[in-house]
Amino acid sequence: MNKIIKYVIADLLRSRAILVYAVVLFVLAGSVFSIEDNADKGVVSLLNIILFVVPLVSIIFSTVYLYNSAEFIELLVSQPLKRKTIWLSIFTGLAGTMALAFLIGVGIPIVLYSFTPSGMILLLCGTILSVVFVSVAMWAAVRIRDKAKGIGLSILLWLYFALLFDALVLFILFQFSDYPIENGMIAVSMLNPIDISRILILLQVDLSAMMGYTGAIFRNFFGTGWGMAITALVLLLWVAVPAWFSTRFFERRDL
Amino acid sequence: MITIQHISKRFGKLQVLNDVSLTLEGGQCIALIGPNGSGKTTLIKTILGMVVPQSGTLLFKGNPIGRQWEYRRDIGYMPQIGRYPENMTIGQVLDMMQDIRKVPEAALDRELFEVFELHTMLDKRMGTLSGGTRQKVSACLAFMFRPEVLILDEPTAGLDPVATELLKDKILAERNKEKLIVITSHVLSDLDELVTEVVYMQEGRPLFHKSLDALKEETGTDKLGKAIAKVMTNEEPTKGVSV
Repeated sequence: MNKIIKYVIADLLRSRAILVYAVVLFVLAGSVFSIEDNADKGVVSLLNIILFVVPLVSIIFSTVYLYNSAEFIELLVSQPLKRKTIWLSIFTGLAGTMALAFLIGVGIPIVLYSFTPSGMILLLCGTILSVVFVSVAMWAAVRIRDKAKGIGLSILLWLYFALLFDALVLFILFQFSDYPIENGMIAVSMLNPIDISRILILLQVDLSAMMGYTGAIFRNFFGTGWGMAITALVLLLWVAVPAWFSTRFFERRDL
Repeated sequence: MITIQHISKRFGKLQVLNDVSLTLEGGQCIALIGPNGSGKTTLIKTILGMVVPQSGTLLFKGNPIGRQWEYRRDIGYMPQIGRYPENMTIGQVLDMMQDIRKVPEAALDRELFEVFELHTMLDKRMGTLSGGTRQKVSACLAFMFRPEVLILDEPTAGLDPVATELLKDKILAERNKEKLIVITSHVLSDLDELVTEVVYMQEGRPLFHKSLDALKEETGTDKLGKAIAKVMTNEEPTKGVSV
């Protein structure tokens, strides 16, 4: 298994897109922190950029990479290797590379300008989001044979998680504003890894006071050890479930 | 060595393999021929476990392959179009395969590597190679680990005449070592001197499986191409396949 991971990572690190991604993140993070003199304000500004860019790049790049390495995967399948090993190695390689690019691009500016708990949470969330969206891309790419349709699906998935989901939540919120739905909102936010990350970081920088009663409920939940444990578990599920489904499907697929 | 029992495979509405049963023995060089879309490549991919059939079983040395993977240690496969990661060099691809197969350096068969003179271009990236050079790399990889079964899908397509002859010599040498070799090709003249048995596929099922000598005797010809043409005209006089 390690061997394939090694070759996947070596192949990925040679691609220019990953390098450009890391450099763009570095420049973005560096400029945000040099404009904002308050570190926490910098983290919030950076948060909005990261929650938009990281999922997008992770899911699109991974999908394109998977379709482009279809022949390579075919070659590996004809060798004495378990299909599960092949698929999970590619997942590990892709997830590792995306997380590494993120950690280098955003990690260095954060350590330099904002070495605070909120900065660390931002780094952690960005890394997990990279892995989550690689996992979702693996699922999309294995389900759909056609490259154009597969990339289309992953763009739709990103659109859903980044924009449509929030619109739906807002709609529900306004429709049911007369009812006590704050606890329900916590459950709903678990359905979107981007939302979980946003709430976690906003609570860290004490912006929850701005969010009124819902903010207080969030604080009550995410501020406790149990709340954090459940959140971490949900994020892990977001990594494991798509990866598990895609592996199961890959094991039965015709190449 | 390989027993195929009642294998059927459908892609959507298209019945690609239709109740195929074949027995392939060691020491034979078997030509798998048939028109385009007759299921040759799908049959090969089924043997390799790349395509999972809807029904039927495949035995490798008497054991059903199911979802096993260890048996592929004994198979060398040369795909129709060998494509590799574009950023990797020839040397890295060879190293990777050695890593995967875990065969010690001394036990490797480097004959094709030398005769194709691949050592002069170890640093070239796969993405920049011509189709023929890629075929050479594929051939080299198929033979390198001394497998007992060799499956060659259109091995001579894209190779220059010199390389074709070198590859044919190598195939003959391996055939004499009691290995099972399965070749598909549309260039029947290439197969003439190599094969000992012929499987003719049509519309997803083998029409016949005979030794080359028996086939030539039955049709009264001395060339594989003519023999096949004759069989085809006899089988389907209505379609009027001409020589």
